Amino acid sequence: MKAVTHIKSRTVVLPTKDIDTDQIIPARFLTTTSRDGLGQSVFYDLRYHKDGSAKTGFPLNQATARSCKILVAGNNFGCGSSREHAPWALLDYGFQAIISTEIADIFRNNSLKNGLVPVVVDKRIHQWLLDNPGAELEIDVANTTLTMPDGETVEFPIDGFAKYCLVEGVDQLGFLQQHLERIANFEETRAWKP
Amino acid sequence: MSNTTLFEKVWSDHVVVEETPDTPAVLYIDLHIIHEVTTPQAFTVLRESGLTVRRPDLTLPTMDHSTPTTPVSSFRDLAVVGESAANQIRQMETNCRDFGLDLIGFGNEFRGIVHVIGPELGATQPGKTIVCGDSHSSTHGAFGALAFGIGTTEVGHVLATQCLLQRKPKTLAVNIDGKMPAGVSAKDLILAVIGKIGVDGGTGHVIEYRGDAITALDMESRMTICNMSIEGGARAGMIAPDDTTFEYLSGRPRSPQGADWDAAVARWKRLHSDDDARFDKSVTLSADALQPMVTFGTNPGMVIGINDPVPHGGGDPSFRKALSYMQIESGKPMTEHPVDVVFVGSCTNGRLSDIEEVARILRGRKVAAGVRMLVVPGSQQVKNQAEAKGLDRIIVAAGAEWREAGCSMCIGMNGDTVPQGKLSVSTSNRNFEGRQGMGARTVLASPATAAASAIRGRVADPRTFA
Repeated sequence: MKAVTHIKSRTVVLPTKDIDTDQIIPARFLTTTSRDGLGQSVFYDLRYHKDGSAKTGFPLNQATARSCKILVAGNNFGCGSSREHAPWALLDYGFQAIISTEIADIFRNNSLKNGLVPVVVDKRIHQWLLDNPGAELEIDVANTTLTMPDGETVEFPIDGFAKYCLVEGVDQLGFLQQHLERIANFEETRAWKP
Repeated sequence: MSNTTLFEKVWSDHVVVEETPDTPAVLYIDLHIIHEVTTPQAFTVLRESGLTVRRPDLTLPTMDHSTPTTPVSSFRDLAVVGESAANQIRQMETNCRDFGLDLIGFGNEFRGIVHVIGPELGATQPGKTIVCGDSHSSTHGAFGALAFGIGTTEVGHVLATQCLLQRKPKTLAVNIDGKMPAGVSAKDLILAVIGKIGVDGGTGHVIEYRGDAITALDMESRMTICNMSIEGGARAGMIAPDDTTFEYLSGRPRSPQGADWDAAVARWKRLHSDDDARFDKSVTLSADALQPMVTFGTNPGMVIGINDPVPHGGGDPSFRKALSYMQIESGKPMTEHPVDVVFVGSCTNGRLSDIEEVARILRGRKVAAGVRMLVVPGSQQVKNQAEAKGLDRIIVAAGAEWREAGCSMCIGMNGDTVPQGKLSVSTSNRNFEGRQGMGARTVLASPATAAASAIRGRVADPRTFA
C-alpha cells in the first residue's frame, strides 16, 4: 500500500444519503479478475445514460471535479455490499479521502486497507461542506486533522493502527504474519477443533 | 463467566492476540467460504508473495455469483454469462486447483449460494467464526456463529494466515416479543426491524436477535433474519443456538458425528447471553401486529406495511430522489403498482421453505399476463428437494421459470437482470438503484408476497390467497 500522509484538494460533493457500494460500482463491473482500471466505472449509472453519454448534472461530470481528491458524501456512505472494488474504483479515479458524518463498516475497513482515508465529521462541518462544493481542504493523516478554508482545524477519529498503516504505507498482511507462531500455538492448544 | 453476551463468548474463544490501544486483535477464523467474484485479486497477492493457503480444510470454495442459472455441462455453456464472467469462473477453477482447494463446482450436487450451502453441509456451526467476501455472511449467525462479510484484502489475510485483524465491535440487542400472526414471515419481520432501526442503525455493532418470536422460528426463517443484518448496518447478526439448531444440524455431511456430536452439543448449549449480560444498545419490537412488508424506495429501510400509504418523507432530498427513481408517489399504498418481474431466490429467501410457500400460492393458478416470474433455488440441494416434492411442476405449470442454483437476479451479474424502468417484486435483500439491472425498480418482499404479486400482476397482499 502506498503511504498517504497529506491531502490538499478541492472537494466534489454528492449530498445523497446512504450511497451504497452498488452505486459506487455496479455489480456488472465485478466480473474482472484485476483491481486495475476500475476508475472508469465508478458511479457509472449515476454518471452516464444507458447510451454512454454523460449525465451533465452529475457533480463528477463537471470540469472542475476531475482533479478533486476529496469526496464529500451524504450520511452512511458505502453501505451494502462488501465489494472492495468500491474503494479500488474511487482510488483509481483519483480520490484519496471520503468525508461524511458516517461511513459504513465494511467499506471503511476496505478503504483503510487501500489508502483511501475515511474522514468522519460532525453535522455542522458536514453541512457546511455540503453547502460549499469545491471548498479547498487539507487533511493531515498523521495528526488526524481536517483544515477548513477559513483555517478552522478539526480532528477526526481513526483507529491508531489503521492510521499507522496509512502513514507508513504498511501492508497489514505482514503484521499478521509476524504472529504465525502464536496462530500455530492457538491451533494446537484450543479446546475444540473446527 | 457471567454478564457475558453470546457475541463476547464467541469472540473471546477466538482471540489469538488480544487487542491493545495501538493494535487490533488477531482473530482466528474457523470457516472461510470463498466464491469467484471477491477472490481472484486475493489469489494474485498469494501468488506474487509466494504464499500458500494455510488451512484448505477450513476453506469452502464454490461458485454462485456470476454463474448461469441454465445447466452447465461444459465450459461452452458459460457463453451465456458473457466473456468476463466466464473468465472469472474459469479463474476460480484454476485458483482452487493451484492452491489445493476442494471446489464445489458445476456438477457437484452441493453447489449453491455460499450462505445456503454452508448450513446445508453442516459446515456452519454454533460458536464458529465464519467469514466470506460477501456482506450477507451474517446469515450464518442464525446458528450462533460469529459471521461477517470481509473485503478481498481480508480474504487474502484469511487464506494466508486463517486470521483477521479486528477491533471488537459493540453489541445491539434486538428483542422481538409476541407471536407472529398467520400470513407473515421472517422476511416481513426483518424488514420491519430495518424500518425501525434504519439502514445505519447497526453500524459498528453485532446484533443479537432475542425474544419469543425469534425462538419460535425454524432455522430457515432465522437465516432470513440474520441474513439482512447488514441491511441495518450491522456486519453480523446472531441468534443463540437451541434444540431447533441442533436438530437442523444433526446428521449433515460436515456436522460432528457420534461422540463428537454429543461433545459439540454440550459446548453449544453454553452459547447464549447470560441473564445479566449487558448490551451497548437495545431495541424492542412486538411481532403481534406485524403485517406483510414491502419496500417503496431505494434502500431496505424505506419499507411499509402492504396496505399502508407511502410516506411523504418530510422534504428530505434523498427521499425525493428515491421516490423519483422508483416512480412511486407518496400517499398511496404499494398495492396500486403494476408488476413486470417477480424474482424468488437469493441467500435471503432461496431455501426449500421459501419455494414451498411460493408453490402453495401458485398451485392451480397462473402468473398474470405480461409478468415474468423467475424462481431460482438457493442451491442444487434445494433444487433437488423441491423437485422431489413436485414443486417445480407447480411452478412451471403456473407459467414461471425454474432454474439452476445461484445468486441470479439478486445481483444481476450472470445475465439474469430486470430491464430498465421495469418494476420487480423480489425476495432478495437489496432494492438499491440498479441492483437488479441498470434502471431496475425493486420492491423487496417475502416469498408469499412475491407469489401473490405474480398472480395478480400488481403488488399484492398474500393474505388474500388462502
